[in-house]
Amino acid sequence: MINLKDFRKISDYEWEIPVTFRKDMRVPVRLFATRRLLEASLDDLSIEQAVNAATLPGLVGHVVVMPDMHQGYGFPIGGVAATALPDGVISPGAIGYDINCGVRLMGSQVPLEAVEDSLADLATALDHFCPSGVGSHGGYPVTDAELDQVCRLGAAWGLKRGLATEQDLRRTEEGGVLDGADPGKVSARAKARGRPQLGTLGAGNHFIEVDVVDQIFDSAAAQAMGLQEGMLTLQIHCGSRGFGHQICSDYVSQFQEAARRYDIHLPDRELVCAPLSSPEGKDYLAAMRAAANYAFLNRQILAHGARQAFESVLAGKVKNWHLHQIYDIAHNMGKVETHQIDGQPRKVCVHRKGATRAFGPGAPGLPAEYQATGQPVLVPGSMGTASWVLVGTQTSMERSFGSTCHGAGRVLSRSQAKKEVRGDELRKLLEKRGIRVRAGSLPGLAEEAPQAYKDVDEVVQTVSGAGIARKVARLRPVAVIKG
Amino acid sequence: MGESGFEERRHTADWALRVWAPDLNGILEHAARGMYSLMTIERDVSPRAVREVEISAPDREGVLVNFLSELLFLLDQEGLVFDTFDLEASPTHVSARLEAVPALSIGKEIKAVTYHKLAVVESPQGLEVTLVFDV
Repeated sequence: MINLKDFRKISDYEWEIPVTFRKDMRVPVRLFATRRLLEASLDDLSIEQAVNAATLPGLVGHVVVMPDMHQGYGFPIGGVAATALPDGVISPGAIGYDINCGVRLMGSQVPLEAVEDSLADLATALDHFCPSGVGSHGGYPVTDAELDQVCRLGAAWGLKRGLATEQDLRRTEEGGVLDGADPGKVSARAKARGRPQLGTLGAGNHFIEVDVVDQIFDSAAAQAMGLQEGMLTLQIHCGSRGFGHQICSDYVSQFQEAARRYDIHLPDRELVCAPLSSPEGKDYLAAMRAAANYAFLNRQILAHGARQAFESVLAGKVKNWHLHQIYDIAHNMGKVETHQIDGQPRKVCVHRKGATRAFGPGAPGLPAEYQATGQPVLVPGSMGTASWVLVGTQTSMERSFGSTCHGAGRVLSRSQAKKEVRGDELRKLLEKRGIRVRAGSLPGLAEEAPQAYKDVDEVVQTVSGAGIARKVARLRPVAVIKG
Repeated sequence: MGESGFEERRHTADWALRVWAPDLNGILEHAARGMYSLMTIERDVSPRAVREVEISAPDREGVLVNFLSELLFLLDQEGLVFDTFDLEASPTHVSARLEAVPALSIGKEIKAVTYHKLAVVESPQGLEVTLVFDV
């Protein structure tokens, strides 16, 4: 059992569990939270899971935990861990089954007040052009040979097919394609699941949401992104579908033996890992990158569908109905990056699970328009509540391996949420507040009820107070599409 | 509480399922039934299909995870939900002859079966295990 007294307070927003807390820890755990959020997190196993994560071989710095943390399965959701190349480990479970689950934000010049009467039609059109639901088909199915290209090219695969623009790619993490992906390291079953599901949203907590820019906090950064108060924006939250789930499942099973072979002892089998330099580690990294590229393209195809939906409903009603890319960012990913460790630049594999990359101004790889502001960070709230646009900072580079929070973070179990909230009542309540809802499953809707989550504003206040992100704009939802 | 069965357990973000049975055959069958129950699957009555499955793993937890992952794969790919289980399990292998009906609709998605704190342990009923699914 972990208590408040086990933490050393660094600031009002940062706490540490020292490496001496448990003898198998290799590095300390650093938690970004207010005292209230910290105390709330002691109710579930998230902190214990962070301490378990701190036992991974080859860790450097500290394991970071974000204020939206909650209990996961092995590695906590909201966790960041960096292992040193070449011999530190890579852990598939510390990245998650939904490889490159992430968020895309698109902006527009469509004023909410001009289209309020069309929002219901817009929600219906988005539901039509962007297939959703469990195991959803009907998106953009591909052949085996095409899938191999998708694994290598990511979102860029959509360029010649009219699904993507150069600007879309430039404003995507890594340009929408990770180098080093190898479809040869992906199982036939993962491919069989991936082929028909490309271009689909899926179910669970994945969604498409139309928002209006409610308030701007940083006008220079908002201007660079093309965000204006009163204008519509669109968010897409999803990942690599059954393709990524199968790849992670395959490697977590294979790594059970690999961990034994490399004599790695862990407090939880879900944390199984292999050295980055080992054949097993290299194979997983190449397969994970294939799934990441699939996910970048998946969100790209859904963005294309959203553009078609906007055109079908708004053409003729407003002058400009175009949706422009603001940014697309992963929050479940393993990335090889260079960070300052003990004052020296060092190549590390940063595992982010339910944490967003948040590179500061001047970071390599950012497009010219975001060099001065820092990388856009997209933090969706729970359904019916605000979402936030932030930017990465120099402090996030120094304190959290260039990472920040990814959302509100659950507090209620799914079964508890279903007991407390009925899907049909929730839909009525949201509609009453002016939010149009299209949902495939009403019980599924209830599980994602706002009261099942922490207050996203408090989470964002924490990362902003700690300096590991800066506020740019707050978005308010007007239409939600869920599988 | 019968000699074998399953029940949902509290977990913040994902789903946990406790399963108990006299032996590993029973654990595999009731874990499968519990998993389908969490997914709220609506079933057709025909046509019935038969699949034979062979699963190997270094230990019984591995057999359990790989068996359930195989059922998720067959549901995703072929829309099959199994209701009759003829199983012959050892701690490192299971041979299964399974009968299925088509799934008409699936209420909720399970992404994966995890190894989180997974241990098949002896109990007064025989064996029990708590599984966590990623949803």
